[in-house]
Amino acid sequence: MAVRNIAMREAIRRALREEMQRDENVFVMGEEVAYWQGTHRVTRGFLEEFGERRVRDTPISEMAIGGLAVGAAMAGLRPVAEFMTINFAFLALDAIANHAAKVRYFFDGMFKVPLVYRAASGWGNQATASHSHAPEPIFAHFPGIFVGCPSNSLDAYGMLKTSIRDDNPVLFSESIALYPKPSPMPDDLDEDYLIPIGKGDIKRQGADVTLVAYARGVDWALQAARQLARDGVEAEVIDLRWLRPLDMALVYESFKKTNRCVIVEESLPMYSFGGEIAANLQERMFDYMDAPIKRVAAEDVPLPYSKDIELLALPNAQKVVDAVKEIL
Amino acid sequence: MVYSPTEMEDQTAVVDEGKAMDSPSKEMLLDWYRQMVLIRQFEETCHQLYEEKRITGVYLHLYSGHEASGVGSMAALRKSDHVITAYRDHGIALILGMDPKAVMAEMMGKKTGSSGGKGGSMHLASKDHNFWGGYAIVGGHLPLAAGIALEARYRGKDDVTMTYVGDGATNNGYFHESLNMSAIWELPVIWIIENNGYGMGTEVERASGQVELHRKAEAYGIKSFGRVDAQNALEVYAVASKAVEYARANGPAVIEHVTYRYRGHGVSDKQYDARDDMSAELKEWVERREPIKILRDCIESKYGDVGEILAKHEADAKRIVAESVAFAEASELPSSYQDLLQNTYVGSELVYKTDDSIGAGID
Ligand SMILES: Cc1ncc(C[n+]2csc(CCOP(=O)(O)OP(=O)(O)O)c2C)c(N)n1
Ligand SMILES: [Mg+2]
Repeated sequence: MAVRNIAMREAIRRALREEMQRDENVFVMGEEVAYWQGTHRVTRGFLEEFGERRVRDTPISEMAIGGLAVGAAMAGLRPVAEFMTINFAFLALDAIANHAAKVRYFFDGMFKVPLVYRAASGWGNQATASHSHAPEPIFAHFPGIFVGCPSNSLDAYGMLKTSIRDDNPVLFSESIALYPKPSPMPDDLDEDYLIPIGKGDIKRQGADVTLVAYARGVDWALQAARQLARDGVEAEVIDLRWLRPLDMALVYESFKKTNRCVIVEESLPMYSFGGEIAANLQERMFDYMDAPIKRVAAEDVPLPYSKDIELLALPNAQKVVDAVKEIL
Repeated sequence: MVYSPTEMEDQTAVVDEGKAMDSPSKEMLLDWYRQMVLIRQFEETCHQLYEEKRITGVYLHLYSGHEASGVGSMAALRKSDHVITAYRDHGIALILGMDPKAVMAEMMGKKTGSSGGKGGSMHLASKDHNFWGGYAIVGGHLPLAAGIALEARYRGKDDVTMTYVGDGATNNGYFHESLNMSAIWELPVIWIIENNGYGMGTEVERASGQVELHRKAEAYGIKSFGRVDAQNALEVYAVASKAVEYARANGPAVIEHVTYRYRGHGVSDKQYDARDDMSAELKEWVERREPIKILRDCIESKYGDVGEILAKHEADAKRIVAESVAFAEASELPSSYQDLLQNTYVGSELVYKTDDSIGAGID
């Protein structure tokens, strides 16, 4: 089977396009998704192919984007609503947390909300404090919505397809840093290639330490693993892929073998993914624990504009290596 | 308080018959020219520096084409008044008299920048100039403006808050909530909608049901001073003067400035390269509605030969901006953890970290 390197942006575009071709109820809306061809070019060509009815530019009205998607989904459409960047999804947090995630529950199952919020996420490139968030854990805080965070092209393809076809709301976070990054995808990929919601993946096998990550953190973990291998340390890299539901079973299996864990994330350290995984491990895997669990995250500070101190604040592979060495 | 339609009319009459601002003096006009050529020189230099990667990052939104909007309206303010805007803030900063060196250093993220390199292009501010900043979340600064105006109302001062807001931002919830509150609390804000035709790539007509944007404010009971040709600094000034006077005495006012951006939305905007209709439109605005030329023509027709002094302002602008670049490039970048953490909070920066290796107790 021929395999080619495809940028994550292209993989997402392909998945979205195929889902729109497959199901007439799927439509996209968001700021600059149509005429501008998408701020991140994910929806390039969509307006031409699907027309204004199904590719809808919105005003700069995040609150309405977030809530309108809920109503449209309740009424039977399958909206894929784009937040230009995840920073702006904060303006829609109420619609997401209180309505997307809750209408099914508070009407005791009367409605379903089959929507996807897509949002470009992450920090770097001197985007400055208010445009530099990787806040996926905030959205994953709320029961009633799923949160997907792909780390490569093939996963992004399969995860987005699943998200669109699922009858529950999904917040689908796309790392801006990963958009241009090529990774292998088979040419003759099945259009029904679906990655189940909540299913994590082992990206590298190893017996010495478990690195748990998602999205961009997976890159840092894999780089660190390669570096550690030169010193004879074999790290197992787990890509959880979904922050909700969380595939803890996969982490437990690995931890039973390695007895050590470092958690890697792009997000902030307080009330975080790292805290969640570590808490689960100590509750369920106490007997297997040979060392403290370490976390590598962004520094606990808003992001500055100036480039050197911005880099100081960000996690990277070296910080992961250092953390591993502390617990070996 | 609730106004009846007749009371509203009475109020309008008071303003219209009120002391008309003196028309701007020769000195004022010449000074506006100085400000406008300084802004243009600064902005075009930023553009060039970005192309050369001497300014980095992803956001740089230039005020070229908007000069008369800021210059004419801020000329109606006094020193104790307040100003706030969004990310298209370089011109506003320079009009207020911020040091171009500190502004340029901020573009380059230097320690000597007006925000110490933390904020960059979108976050200029100066407490000394009552400039409350540029903000990057669309509409996010509008409730702040209302809050700043509340302070004046609360303490019985008659200072006003001049607030710049884009056309695109008028479709955001922040706009509507802020304007409504400014109306019910009679807050002295002048809401200046800088309608440059687009929010990124979306034309006003495709984003707003009401295309006369100042009418949105009217819906909340805010006094509208209508639409103004904001390529003409004199017209801008005339209307702003009335609006400021009104706001000082009564409460919120709105003006819609019709203008155009010469450098697209920001440095990432490639539309003008890709779309012939847009590049033709830009060309037309530059050829027919160039704010600097309009002001120059006006000054020359009124005062005859002022070529020498205008040329001096142009030469000064070049020199000042060149000096600002040299200053910025010679300045240091922040580089330490202390630089990173400083000013997260008032007081010492206690930063969470599992191993306490950094951050604890840094002043
Ligand atoms: C809440 C929010 N949504 C989206 C954006 C992205 N964005 C930045 S500027 C902009 C366009 C704003 O247009 P307008 O208000 O007309 O101001 P202009 O840039 O024309 O001065 C958009 C969509 C943002 N910064 N904040
Ligand atoms: Mg605009």
